[in-house]
Amino acid sequence: MSTPEELHDVRLHVNGSVHEVQVPARRLLSDALRHDCGLTGTHVGCEHGVCGACTVLVDGQPVRSCLMFAVSAVDAEITTVEGLTEPDGSLSPVQQGFSDCHGLQCGFCTPGFLTTITAGLRDNPDPTEDEAREMIAGNLCRCTGYQNIVRSVLRAAEIGFEARSAHTSTSDGGQQ
Amino acid sequence: MKPAPFAFRRPATLDEALAALAGEPGAKVLAGGQSLVPLLSMRLAAPSMLVDINALPDLDHVTASSEGDEAGVRIGALARHAHVLASAEAAQVQPLLALALSHVAHPTIRNRGTTVGSIVHADAAAEMPMVLRLLEGSVDVASVRGRRTVPAAELFAGPLESTLAHDEIALEAFFPSLPDGGGVAFQEIARRHGDYALVGVAAVVQTEGGEVTGARLGYVSVSDVPVVVDVTDALDDPAAAALAELEPTDDIHATAAYRAHLVKVLTPRVLADAIHHARERSAQRKKQ
Ligand SMILES: Cc1cc2nc3c(=O)[nH]c(=O)nc-3n(C[C@H](O)[C@H](O)[C@H](O)COP(=O)(O)OP(=O)(O)OC[C@H]3O[C@@H](n4cnc5c(N)ncnc54)[C@H](O)[C@@H]3O)c2cc1C
Ligand code: FES
Ligand code: FES
Repeated sequence: MSTPEELHDVRLHVNGSVHEVQVPARRLLSDALRHDCGLTGTHVGCEHGVCGACTVLVDGQPVRSCLMFAVSAVDAEITTVEGLTEPDGSLSPVQQGFSDCHGLQCGFCTPGFLTTITAGLRDNPDPTEDEAREMIAGNLCRCTGYQNIVRSVLRAAEIGFEARSAHTSTSDGGQQ
Repeated sequence: MKPAPFAFRRPATLDEALAALAGEPGAKVLAGGQSLVPLLSMRLAAPSMLVDINALPDLDHVTASSEGDEAGVRIGALARHAHVLASAEAAQVQPLLALALSHVAHPTIRNRGTTVGSIVHADAAAEMPMVLRLLEGSVDVASVRGRRTVPAAELFAGPLESTLAHDEIALEAFFPSLPDGGGVAFQEIARRHGDYALVGVAAVVQTEGGEVTGARLGYVSVSDVPVVVDVTDALDDPAAAALAELEPTDDIHATAAYRAHLVKVLTPRVLADAIHHARERSAQRKKQ
């Protein structure tokens, strides 16, 4: 082709920062995050929506970043795995749960699990084991195995609960 | 692989979107992208332009009404599967919607994929085109030439092929409500929960004083378009009646013989579930 491909100026809101990038319309959000924003925590496996490695939060909801174009993400608030850590840099409950329960081995699938579970526990902070399994059913892991990932979800729920009760008991005498 | 280059428009008004589609014969609508983007990335489709409808106003509604001729659920083109599934009103007015939607992909896909997009995509392995056809719903579409309502019976032309013109945008799908005395059920067999069904079956029955006066079944993944079979006069062997009208096909997921077997197993189960549902609903109504 002789004419160069048209580039679009796109302003992405990722993890609370603004990234101004110039991309062709066909740039997948997953590639824009990795190559244009330098946020390589988001991993790319299948590129057709099946494996879940590329899952990010779009306005708080888990979405496959390989099934969105960066040019379509202009109005959205995006959270990648890099944005999950606490403001002081410590691990979030979900990340801590994975660390405690050996929820990852090679770590390739982990960013997609962490984002998915973060949203899942926000909607259901106290899942049963079955609900924990259902929460991760759309993500594939090829090496750790799902037993430890399910345990990590339950551990993360526990850590979240401990953190909330510590917070309420110190801040206002136990009142919600 | 990555998608081939395309021009991109993200209009803020419907008129602009319709004009962009009319002006570019190779243009395609981009809704949730959960079917289209994989096709682009695998280079099974290479449209010259995408018209992203996600910035259009007033299309993300799910409204349910139980009164009058218009009783049913209206779903706007930008309502995501997850939003429709979460609507208690929609589930009340037409319970088959939620029963079927919980089998559409995984929650993460449902957060972005639209119910109207899934209908227009016309995949015979998809739940919602069949549900629209079974319930005799319709889709409202717009183009620069004006608006029209397409009944579900005229919507599906072939595998992945609807009868919409390339420059038409589907604005809303309408699913009629479940009348008094009616019951519904849905079951499917998939390799893994969340995968496309190997076979899916839905049933809608009508009862009067507990007796079945009407029974229709819809099939997913059996033929290359969604198929509906009326089994009102074949209640003693509905599977045989269904198989007489279905043409199960082989593909990489299952053989035709296995699909026929699943039809035989699922059909009586789903029909019995729907009859049970109708009787339970009637009993509850009497109590109130
Ligand atoms: C891993 C995975 C698993 C899935 N499993 C299932 C499943 O089990 N069952 C199932 O039913 N689906 C499944 N899907 C598909 C999903 O339901 C899609 O969301 C849906 O089929 C298409 O909706 P969309 O909004 O994403 O449309 P898009 O992908 O944006 O568009 C699909 C097609 O419809 C056209 N289109 C979309 N909206 C309109 C409109 N308003 N007017 C005119 N044309 C329009 C587009 O031009 C395109 O040709 C799965 C998808 C993935 C990635
Ligand atoms: S890379 Fe997006 S789902 Fe596999
Ligand atoms: S940790 Fe290796 S694929 Fe999941």
